Amino acid sequence: MFHTADMLKAFNPYRGDAIVVPGRGGRHWIKISDQPGLDLPLGDPAMGGHAAFAFGLALALPHRKVVLFDSEGDVQMGLGILLTVAEHKPENFYHFMLDNECYATTGGQPVPNAKNIAYDLLARGAGYPRVFAFDELAALTAALPAILGQPGPVFVAMKVHADVENKPITQRTKWQTRTRVQVIADFRKHLGIAA
Amino acid sequence: MNDASPAHLSPEVILQQLKQHGVTHVVWLPDSETNWLYLLMQAEPALTLVAVPREGLACSVAAGLVTGGKVPVILIQNTGLMESGDSIRGWLFGLDIPVVIMVGLRGWTRHGVTQDTAAVYTEPFLNAFRINYYLVESDADAQRISVAFDEAKRTKRPVAVLVGDEYHGFNG
Repeated sequence: MFHTADMLKAFNPYRGDAIVVPGRGGRHWIKISDQPGLDLPLGDPAMGGHAAFAFGLALALPHRKVVLFDSEGDVQMGLGILLTVAEHKPENFYHFMLDNECYATTGGQPVPNAKNIAYDLLARGAGYPRVFAFDELAALTAALPAILGQPGPVFVAMKVHADVENKPITQRTKWQTRTRVQVIADFRKHLGIAA
Repeated sequence: MNDASPAHLSPEVILQQLKQHGVTHVVWLPDSETNWLYLLMQAEPALTLVAVPREGLACSVAAGLVTGGKVPVILIQNTGLMESGDSIRGWLFGLDIPVVIMVGLRGWTRHGVTQDTAAVYTEPFLNAFRINYYLVESDADAQRISVAFDEAKRTKRPVAVLVGDEYHGFNG
């Protein structure tokens, strides 16, 4: 098991010019990324939809790598999108998943069957051609060039420590520096996509 | 007014509207009697069909497509519309996504005696979410689809088209 921030730091040198949808890793990623114009730190617009959003983006921009840092709670809620991704097999889609075994933003309650799910096998069964699972950062770091150097779609399950938040939402420190609408506007401007 | 509408909504007319408004992707989950439209869409090279297994996912797929510069339309049944509430809130309204949601109006009858709760709750649902909507029942209403596309683009909001004919009459 490793920390999300450490994983994102290990990933960053291999990013290239990939678009990154950091999902629930956004609070860490905005401090690590040196290409904010290619980032979409949207926070949590609605739970369960991160993979579908990033998949749609990958379909729209097939010549750009799209890297998503999903979470296991989101995957559980929107599990069916694995089937849609596998049907279309976007070669530019890299689906990483943070598995902290709980709903960290609501106090750390366990997700259903938290410790006994092989998410990589779920993705494999859905039809992802390449899947991986890591619980040690060194092994993940060593594998990143190969994971990112080959076509997607690829699914990478990662065991991470939970950053549990127990404060009421109104008392939490906001990490977003831009609104979601502004994030998308900046992204589209950076890539020259007409509004 | 006669209960039965003599005119039908042709799938060719729907497809023409999608092409007219530059739609690139149809994100959908089939509903009753859409197979004719499905066959036409499959044969249309300008359209990519993206099937989802749960309607809420159509909202986030569409949001990603729009963010990347494409023009999706969402094609679902009213039952799935209601399932999609939080995704509509977060991924469509929350990100200012201009998209037309074409909704198969299961249970719709022109005489107002509606026994299917799917139809009973559809308009209250749309009103609760403040989603503007246009009813199309026949080819003569096709222009309302254009109105919906124009409104979605202008307001950067989702706009619904309620398909009262389900393409070939299912109105019982």
